[in-house]
Amino acid sequence: MGTIVLIALTAAIINNFVLYYFLGICPFIGVSRQVSMAVGMGLAVTFVMTVSATVTWVINNLILAAGAPLVIADLSFIKYVIFIMVIAGMVQLVEMYVRKFYPGLYKSFGIFLPLITTNCSILGCCLLVDLDKNGWFALAQAGPIGLLHTIVFALAAGGGFALAITLMAGIREELDVADVPRPLRGAGITLLVAGILAMAFMGFAGMGR
Amino acid sequence: MADATLSPLVRFRRGFFAENAVFVQVLGMCPTLAVTNSLDGAITMGIATSFVLLCSNIVVSLLRNLLQPHVRILIFTVTIATFVTIADYTLKARFYDLSVKLGPYVPLIIVNCLIIGRAEVCASKQGLPAAVMDGLGQGIGFTGALAVLGTIRELLGAGTLLNARVLPELTRAADGTIEQIGWDPWSIMIMPAGAFITLGILMGLANWIAGRRKAA
Repeated sequence: MGTIVLIALTAAIINNFVLYYFLGICPFIGVSRQVSMAVGMGLAVTFVMTVSATVTWVINNLILAAGAPLVIADLSFIKYVIFIMVIAGMVQLVEMYVRKFYPGLYKSFGIFLPLITTNCSILGCCLLVDLDKNGWFALAQAGPIGLLHTIVFALAAGGGFALAITLMAGIREELDVADVPRPLRGAGITLLVAGILAMAFMGFAGMGR
Repeated sequence: MADATLSPLVRFRRGFFAENAVFVQVLGMCPTLAVTNSLDGAITMGIATSFVLLCSNIVVSLLRNLLQPHVRILIFTVTIATFVTIADYTLKARFYDLSVKLGPYVPLIIVNCLIIGRAEVCASKQGLPAAVMDGLGQGIGFTGALAVLGTIRELLGAGTLLNARVLPELTRAADGTIEQIGWDPWSIMIMPAGAFITLGILMGLANWIAGRRKAA
């Protein structure tokens, strides 16, 4: 139980995907103009991230990794190609679902929904699970419970992404009425604000250790 | 931006400043921020990305007449993933320390928006010469931007460049008095927050210069 809480806290806050790993910066800058859109984007990313991390964990640990139970040959060299194809498929699925049931949300996402495919935070999550710095995820070390850890990690990481992008959207809504120097308008001021947010999140560093 | 009439040479040149990947197009932000806390990491990442960009531009340009609109993104990503695997294995075999340092950011080149962006905007619509020159120009511009960030952050954050000491080290005696005058490293610069702030200021500077040029 302790490990699960630690994993969730680490993924969501201490090593926040946006402010610590710099994953998902493009939507962080691009879709953070309104709080409502930011929340929608955060939820979409969380969902795709959880599903893809789970599916890639199963494929990776049962088929691709060296010593995997289902296939004798070491197939880890096609890992990246498989990962990105799984993610692209999942995004397609979510896109179809949102277009059918939430046409308003679909319109306001515009180009950014298909672009979740190239959202680094999704692939980054799968890669961090695969890299497994703390021995939390791999079948060889954590056993079948590694799958549970992976799901918790992905959910928390998506939640952390949603938290960061929503915070940023709230700040940017206020910034709209502020007198920002002309050269800094747009990406410049967003990055500076993100820097200050990252400083605030640095306060959490060391909590996990 | 994707003017079909541009000659390959103009395309090559535009990658440096006019269409610089980081400062003007704001593409490929994740590696730009993540690996630039030291110059060697920044340059390695720049070169690896340029290699993948060039190769994927060539393949996409050759395939451009076979691409179906609804599967093109998938084709792009699979092409890119293949070249990234090559780059990753090469780094692991030749420069193991650097590859450990860059960690997940080398495979993350797959989802670098710069590469997919250039495939979509340029390579899938242009012939081979234009695609090659575009890949080279954009790659050099991207590497340059990363190197600038890496230089600033490593110099201010650690007082070193390419792990060699440039600014003299500040040493203090046990009671806190300064023994030798030197550079007191701004450790914020090598932390994540420093990356955001440095890039934000640089981007403001780039816009300011562009605005001055337009006015003049």
